[in-house]
Amino acid sequence: MSVPQYRRAAALALVAGLGLSLTACSTKSDDKDTTAGGKVTITVDCQPVGAQKELLKNWNDDVAEFQRQNPDIVIKSVSVGEQCNNPPDFTARLAGGTVTDVFYGYMTDLQQVLDSGQAMDISEYANKDTVPTWDSIDPALKEVFSDGGKLYAVPVKNYSMGLVYNKALFQQAGLDVNNPPKTWADVRAAAKKISALGNGIAGYSEYSAGNTGGWHFTSLLYSQGGRVLTEDGKKADFNNAMGKQVLQNLKDMRYGDNSMGARQLLQWGDLLTNAGAGKVGMFIGAPDATQAIVSQFQGKFQDWAMSPLPGQDGLAKGTLGGGEGYFFKKGLTPEQVKAGLKWIAYQKLTPGKGQFDYVRAKPQNYPVGLPQPLLFANGSDAQKQELELRKANANVDTANFAIFEATPIPIKGEPRNAQAIYAVLDAAMSGVLTNPNSNIDALLKTAEDKVNQLLSAQS
Amino acid sequence: MTITTVPETPRKPGRPMSPYPVGPQRTNLGRKVRDNLTGHAFLIGAVLCFVVFSWYPMIRGIVMSFQRTRRGETTWVGWDNYLRIVDDPSFWTAWKNTAYFTVLALVLGYVVPFFVAILLNEFRHAKGYLRILVYLPVMLPPASALFLFKFYAYDPSEAGLFNAILKALHLPTSQWMQSPGMTMPAMVLASTWMNMGGAVLIYLASLQNIPGELYEAAELDGAGIWKRIRHVTIPQTRLILALLAMLQIVATMQVFIEPLILANGAGAEDSATSVAYLIYQHGFFQNDLNGAAALGVIMLVVLAGFSAVYVRLTAKQD
Repeated sequence: MSVPQYRRAAALALVAGLGLSLTACSTKSDDKDTTAGGKVTITVDCQPVGAQKELLKNWNDDVAEFQRQNPDIVIKSVSVGEQCNNPPDFTARLAGGTVTDVFYGYMTDLQQVLDSGQAMDISEYANKDTVPTWDSIDPALKEVFSDGGKLYAVPVKNYSMGLVYNKALFQQAGLDVNNPPKTWADVRAAAKKISALGNGIAGYSEYSAGNTGGWHFTSLLYSQGGRVLTEDGKKADFNNAMGKQVLQNLKDMRYGDNSMGARQLLQWGDLLTNAGAGKVGMFIGAPDATQAIVSQFQGKFQDWAMSPLPGQDGLAKGTLGGGEGYFFKKGLTPEQVKAGLKWIAYQKLTPGKGQFDYVRAKPQNYPVGLPQPLLFANGSDAQKQELELRKANANVDTANFAIFEATPIPIKGEPRNAQAIYAVLDAAMSGVLTNPNSNIDALLKTAEDKVNQLLSAQS
Repeated sequence: MTITTVPETPRKPGRPMSPYPVGPQRTNLGRKVRDNLTGHAFLIGAVLCFVVFSWYPMIRGIVMSFQRTRRGETTWVGWDNYLRIVDDPSFWTAWKNTAYFTVLALVLGYVVPFFVAILLNEFRHAKGYLRILVYLPVMLPPASALFLFKFYAYDPSEAGLFNAILKALHLPTSQWMQSPGMTMPAMVLASTWMNMGGAVLIYLASLQNIPGELYEAAELDGAGIWKRIRHVTIPQTRLILALLAMLQIVATMQVFIEPLILANGAGAEDSATSVAYLIYQHGFFQNDLNGAAALGVIMLVVLAGFSAVYVRLTAKQD
C-alpha cells in the first residue's frame, strides 16, 4: 500500500471507528427483556464495589443462590459506586435515563422519581405472592412510597434518629453512660464536660453543609414538637419559637460554652471522621451511623451507644424517620416486575437471607444487633423471626442500644421536597455555628422566604 | 543599453505558497472532495466530537430552559423558568458572590502572576528550576490542592498552617472558610496558588518576545524599572494581557470546585454560593433541571457578553 493510500485508509478507519463508537454509545441494551432460553433478565443496582470484598462475595453468593432457586430469572448486577447514597449521582442517572430496571432510592426521592417519569406503578404486582413477607412490612413505609393510591417502590430499610454518644468520652468526663442526656439542657451540660477534656474534642457535634445541616435542623425541630412545613405542605413553618430555640441551643453551645469544636461546616463524612477518631462526644444520628463509624472511619463499636432523641423539657416529642427502597423502571414487562420483586423479597425482605443473613454476617464482623432496619410492623411474624435471629447472632453489645429501643418516640417523615429544603436550611445552621454575631431571627426569616419561594415554584 | 527591471509584485501576506506544483484548476466538487479525503475525514471526526459533546449539550440546555418536566411529561413554559430562577432569593446572592470572586481573582490571580513572570524573567541563574517551582502547583490535581488548603492551611484551630503562622507573628488568627467574611478571599488565595503557574508561563513567553533593544533604549533614556514596565513591557504584552484578562474573567465566573470542596458547597451563611454551584444545587439537589438550564443560559449570555467586549476591544487595538 502506498503512503497516500495508507493515509486514506487510516482516515476512513478513523471515521468509521468514531461513527461506530458513537452508535454504540447511543444504543440501548437490547437484552433487557428476555434471553435466548426464554429467561427473564433484570438489571439491579447497588452491587457492592470491588473493594468491599466480603460484601461483594455475599452479594454474588445471593445472586447465585437466587438464580439456582429461580432458574428462569437472570440477575444482572450493576455496581455504580456512590449512586446508592449520593443524591447528585442518583439525579444524573435518573435524568439521563440510565437507572437499572430495579433501582435504589431514598424515601425522599419519590417526587423526583415520579417527575422524571422513570418509575412504574407496581401496585398490582406487590403482594404476598411475589413478596412472602409483604403483609408484615410496616404499612406506613408502603405509604411513603405511594402517591395517589399507587405504589411505586418497595421499602427495604427504615431508620429513626436518636442521640449517639461516645461511652469512652462519657466515662473520661465523669458522666454516667447508663443515664445519657434526656433534654437539650442535659446535652448542653454534658457537652461542656466532655469538651473540657481538651485535645480538640467536641462535646456535641452538628452538621451545617451539604444538605445535612437542614436534615438535622428538621430532626431537632421535630424533637421540640415542631414541623418544617404547614399541614398542607404549602408553606414553611419553622420561623417560630421552636425554630428559634433549636438555633439558640446550638449557638449557646458553640459560642456560649465553646463545646462544639473549632471545625464547622461539617457534612456527613466530616462528622463521622471526627467521631471515628474519638473527637466527638455526642451527635444525633440513626443506629447505622455507628456502623459507618466502624466500617468506614476506623471507630470501635464498643465505644458507641444510643439513647432516644432529647426534647426541650423532657423526651423528644417526635423524631425524624427515613429510609430507602427499590423502584421499578417504567416499561418493564410484568414478568420482569415479578422477577424484580422476587429478587428484592429474597435479598432484602426475608429473615435469614440477604440483608438479614445474620448467621453469615456475624463472623464477618458486620454489625448484628443494631435496632435497624425498622422494616416490619410491630408484632408481625417477620418481625418476630428477624428479632430472634438478630438476638441469636448479635455481635455488637445490644445493651448499648437498649435505652433507644425501649423508649420509642413518634416517628415523623421527611418533608416534601426534603433535599431542596435541607439545602436552604444549611445556611441557618452554618450561620449560628460559624458566626458569633449571627441574627437568628434574620436567618430564619431568610430561610422561610426561600422555602416559600421554592414551594410556590414547585407547585 | 538601458536595462529596465520590472518591480516584483509584493506577495500578499497570509496564506503561504504551496510547496507542491500547482496543477490545472479543478472545478468538479466530487474530485475536490476525493482529493482532500484525508483532510475531510479528520475534519469530520473533529466536527462530530464538537457536535456530540459540545454543541448538542449546549443546544439541549437552551431548549430545556424553556421546558418543564413533570411526571415524565415535558411541556413548553416560555420564560417561566427564567422568571422563577431570577425570583430565587439565592440568585442575587450567587451573582454577588461570583462577581466578588471574579474581581478578587482579577486583582490577585491576574496581576500577581504578571509580576512573578517579570521577576522570573529578570533572574539570570536557575531560571529553569524557578519556573518548575512556580509551575508545580498546576500539576497537582485541583481537588488534592484544595483538600490541602481545607484541612491543612485553613484549619480554623490554632493547629492550622496559616493560623500557626499568624500566631507566630503575634497576629490575630482567622476562622478562614468558616467566617462568612473570609470565605471569598480564602477561596481566591487557594485558586491563585493552584492556577498561577500557567499564567506565569504564558506571561514569560510573551516577555521573552520583547526585543531587548527596547529595554536598552529605555535604559539609555534613563528609564527606571517601573518606567520600563509601564512604557515597554505593558504595551508590548497588551494583547496577551487582554487575552488572559478575558480568560480569567470567563474562568473565574464559572468558579465551582472551590466552593464545593473548600466550603462544602454553600459555605458559611451562603457566602460561597457561586452561580455555577447554584446551577448544580438546582439541578442535582432541588430536582429542578429546567431551572438549572435557565440559569446556565443566563450565565452563557453574560460570559458571551464579556467575550464580545474582548473581541471588540482587541479588534480596535489591532
